Amino acid sequence: MNLDLSFYNWELFHNFILKGLIFSVQLTFFATLGGIFFGTVLALLRLSKSPLLSVPASWYVNLMRSIPLVMVILWFFLLMPSIIGRSIGAELSAYITFIAFEAAFFCEIIRAGINSVSQGQNNAAFALGMTYRQNMSLIILPQAFRNMIPVLMTQTIILFQDTSLVYAIGAYDLLKGFEVSGKNYGRPIESYLLAAIVYFLICFTLSTVVKKIQARVAIIR
Amino acid sequence: MFGATPGDPTYLDWLFTAWGWTAAVSSLALIIALVMGILMGTLRTLPKESLPYKAITLLANSWVELFRNIPVLVQIFLWYHVIPILIPALKSVPSFLLVSLALGFFTSARIAEQVKSGIFSLPKGQSYAALSLGMTRLQTYRFVILPMALRIIIPPLTSECMNIVKNSSVAFAVSVSELTLFAMQTQEETSRGIEMYLAVTILYITTAFTVNRVMALIEKKASIPGFTASTNSSGGH
Repeated sequence: MNLDLSFYNWELFHNFILKGLIFSVQLTFFATLGGIFFGTVLALLRLSKSPLLSVPASWYVNLMRSIPLVMVILWFFLLMPSIIGRSIGAELSAYITFIAFEAAFFCEIIRAGINSVSQGQNNAAFALGMTYRQNMSLIILPQAFRNMIPVLMTQTIILFQDTSLVYAIGAYDLLKGFEVSGKNYGRPIESYLLAAIVYFLICFTLSTVVKKIQARVAIIR
Repeated sequence: MFGATPGDPTYLDWLFTAWGWTAAVSSLALIIALVMGILMGTLRTLPKESLPYKAITLLANSWVELFRNIPVLVQIFLWYHVIPILIPALKSVPSFLLVSLALGFFTSARIAEQVKSGIFSLPKGQSYAALSLGMTRLQTYRFVILPMALRIIIPPLTSECMNIVKNSSVAFAVSVSELTLFAMQTQEETSRGIEMYLAVTILYITTAFTVNRVMALIEKKASIPGFTASTNSSGGH
């Protein structure tokens, strides 16, 4: 076989790929931010002594973790119109789904991070008369997040890879961009190869950066 | 369309066939992932004392980086659209097999990572002792290192096994009629999305739970007193 990449030029990149790339990056960005925010809330709920708070939170986390992401994407896409009352489109649905789904995964990472901070820190903070809120925001969470940086970043890379699954509801992401351009120019093989290379370069670069950061964080500790 | 006359296959029959496909893709992928993952993970731990060993380690490391850094859906498209062009023999292979290969290789990279950390978590003395007893490198791995390391990593392997079941849902993209494709198709056909999705979701949870219990049983049978996994929680789906 012979590959012909001559069809690939800046115009094609600009018209088809860039739009998808921007959506994938934005989805990753907002899902990470939202996921870490709601994941922290979930983690604090799960660690709460009151079963009224911890039981529903752990149910939610375990449910999300035992369903394939594709099914979660489909569920939200199906249910969102009846919850909100109007159709919201694949892109917005993807944002909401990813934040809700990733929150469960970030919750488990953050919970492990909080547990990794030694109990003495907790005791010392309370002995100094700090409230729960002060203890968490000033003592525990800053240390926990510092320990978690490499894992959180690894999860973000996985998240970026998973954004390709919005294919199921037809949102226009990076993979869709390659697919559409491949169909338009009659070159699906080259397109899929290029898609794999682009994803690989992005994820490989990021994971190399994570390894570097991991080494630095490990020394500081 | 279904169940109109007695004797016709019903949607329930179709649902269980789809479950069967999910199970088939997952089990085949798991076998591929275990074989390649254990092989690559072991090769990555070879001592860097000679040029051939260094070359093998580099090769195994590249394997892991390659299959870990491309989304599983893109890998499935590669296996389905691109690789049969490169290797004409694969053209007549059913897509079920191609998806299993894609999913198996994707997961093998993650298993290789766990096998490697499992082997590195063993005390160095184990392999020194084996080598000084006159065992070859191969015997050391076969009789000393791997029996220990593989048991240690059962907990992280459990979550990989559950991940395979979940990731098999991506097979819908190349029209393997497993649970997710069933859900999408029947939702279109019947407009009873919630019921269909609910049935499929329950089956996914049931499958994941069964896998979890089976692995817990294996873990109990195979556990070594005093050795537990040093799980580097690296996230995942």
